[in-house]
Amino acid sequence: MKKWIALFLALTVVLSFAACASNTDDNKFDPAAKSEGTMTYAQYDAAALDSQVVVECYVQATQSWWDNKITVYAQDPDGAYFLYEMACSEADAAKLTPGTKIKVTGYKGAWEGEVEIMEATFEFMEGTWTATAMDATALLGKEELINHQNKLVSFKGMTVEAIEYKNGEPGDDIYVTLSKDGASYSFCVERYLTGPDSDVYKAVGELKAGDVVDVECFLYWYQGPNPHIYKIAAAK
Amino acid sequence: MKRCVSAVLLISMLCLLFTGCHGAAVQESFTVPENFDTSRNYEITFWAKNDTNMNQVAVYKQAIADFEALYPNITVKLSLYTDYGKIYNDVITNISTNTTPNVCITYPDHIATYLSGRNTVVPLDDLFADTRYGLGGSELRFDGPNREEMVPQFLSECVIDGSHYAIPFMRSTEACYVNKTYVEALGYELPETLTWDFIWEVSDAAAAKDADGNFKINGQKVMLPFIYKSTDNMMITSLAQQGAGYSNDQGQIQIFNETTKMLLHTVADHVKTGAFSTFKISGYPANFLNAGQCIFAIDSTAGATWMGPEAPLLDISEDKLVDFEIEVMTVPQYPGQQTKMISQGPSICVFNKADSQEVLASWLFAQYMLTNPVQLGYAKTEGYVPVTQKAQQSPEYQDYLSRCGEDNDEHYRVKLEASQLLLDNIDNTFVTPVFNGSASLRDAAGQLIENVTKSVRRNQTVDDAYMEELFDQVTSLYRLDQPTVAAGKQELGPLPQTAILLLSALGISWALILGYAAVTGIKKKKR
Repeated sequence: MKKWIALFLALTVVLSFAACASNTDDNKFDPAAKSEGTMTYAQYDAAALDSQVVVECYVQATQSWWDNKITVYAQDPDGAYFLYEMACSEADAAKLTPGTKIKVTGYKGAWEGEVEIMEATFEFMEGTWTATAMDATALLGKEELINHQNKLVSFKGMTVEAIEYKNGEPGDDIYVTLSKDGASYSFCVERYLTGPDSDVYKAVGELKAGDVVDVECFLYWYQGPNPHIYKIAAAK
Repeated sequence: MKRCVSAVLLISMLCLLFTGCHGAAVQESFTVPENFDTSRNYEITFWAKNDTNMNQVAVYKQAIADFEALYPNITVKLSLYTDYGKIYNDVITNISTNTTPNVCITYPDHIATYLSGRNTVVPLDDLFADTRYGLGGSELRFDGPNREEMVPQFLSECVIDGSHYAIPFMRSTEACYVNKTYVEALGYELPETLTWDFIWEVSDAAAAKDADGNFKINGQKVMLPFIYKSTDNMMITSLAQQGAGYSNDQGQIQIFNETTKMLLHTVADHVKTGAFSTFKISGYPANFLNAGQCIFAIDSTAGATWMGPEAPLLDISEDKLVDFEIEVMTVPQYPGQQTKMISQGPSICVFNKADSQEVLASWLFAQYMLTNPVQLGYAKTEGYVPVTQKAQQSPEYQDYLSRCGEDNDEHYRVKLEASQLLLDNIDNTFVTPVFNGSASLRDAAGQLIENVTKSVRRNQTVDDAYMEELFDQVTSLYRLDQPTVAAGKQELGPLPQTAILLLSALGISWALILGYAAVTGIKKKKR
């Protein structure tokens, strides 16, 4: 009898462990997973301009909402998406916080070199994920940089060359020229992403030529790389 | 007897109290004060638009400094915009909170919407005519233009419902900036006047590719032969040139007609060949033109400083610039029809305030923007034309025009030719009727072209059925089936007769109740 009891207990323990293992697998959230009918990033990347696209992605930041539209910087573990003036109610806009997963349907377009999804609609999905900025310093000036368009990236040890307000005074965008190893690069503080009241806007406004900074940006494109600065700090 | 009078007074007061509750608080209409009170200080706000051109910002700042020196009791606070649409949106938002600016750069179409709030914008006719503070008035501390020195056509563009609600500030039109080198390389010669057919034919030819997929004309992977910046203007101008319907002065929408359909089918045909695109879909015409990726770039004359390989303002890197000969031409026309091009450019309106002295201070500043130093300073920043004959005929301006092409900065050839194009064609310019909703109709006009262009690029069928559906969609989207497209808070208008009777009856009832109570009280006291 004792043997039977011991066998039964052992079996219970084994099954319990197996059950636990199985549960763990079921609950593990894979941010790269796509539901049926949704493109992978590779498929999106390969899609022709002007074709309809359906993607699942995670909001990383938004520009200010206006007139039932919102522009979103979104990403998944494989690539990034710029959702230009996506249809969105004001109430839904408040829910598009960093990490929020959304399914987006729209058309792929390119404006001045910036690949984007236009005329998009979206629905909320379960799950969250936020990107860690990829260090793209080594890619500055290289053609390969375009492969990371729209991603959250960082550039380290950049020297400030010039700060220019679009309107000559605070209020609108700030054009920032940063250099690295003797080459100059254009950056932008986009007022609808980080407006005059934001820490980034204020910090950039106080920069002096020669300051050395680390920046985190969304790799926006306008006639070439024109990253939108999202975070800035003195270089470590 | 006394009681009777008191009762009547009470009833009247109650009626007034009730009627006063109806509708939003309305601004009193503006009356020109007899004198400008210089013992007081005024701070006025000025919302101004520039074309992302720092020279224009400098002109605004200089104008403010010079004006403040003349009127030390007036301080002008400048807010800068680079987009008319953003100013429009901000004004609409601020109308409802009574926080409009004092003076604002705007379009008459936008003013028509602002006027849906009662007494929001000051009608300027009385101010124009005021002998002391009006145009050329005796009490002005500056040498402004008198009424006869304003270009009449430009001034008339600021009339809405029979009153002037703005003064013109600058005028421009559209020009076609042409890569003449490529036109000739394709075997064509530029005609004296561009026609739509010519542009379509050359653009189709320029869309030819070689076996490697490069465009034959430029050897590049990108070529958008014909790009129109403002598709609103494209539609409006084409309809005006053909004498087709757009809208009338009564605000009747006439755009959904056969001529519009024909134009849209033509656009569709040439999107299919790869000949045509728009700013909204592809980007700035100037950038493509300067990179040798566009042959016909239609944009405002106020964008001339960005056009051409030697342009003083450039948005593309040096390595992308392509050398070519640039020609500034009128927008395409239809043969046998009168030349027509749109008149556009910033106007200035003055917003009404409770303090008429503050409004007068605002008007003085608005009027100062018409003086020669401001007019000439601003006109030289782009392909603009001053709005006063006083400035246009001044020796300084004549000297400026005569030095066309002397340098690639102030006398940049393309910019001066763009200004000259408008000066030569003032009689060929037109504007569209202004009414509450005309701003939406303008957006709708452009949307038709944008939608057709996108649909063709997306391989959708563009046929007559598509056109009918498109017309329905755009009508609904821009609410063109409604009498007016009102923005902000609607005024409720005067009380209906029945409501007045009801409220009067209520007032009388209350008066009788109070009267009865009073009489009862007096009787009790007497006891």
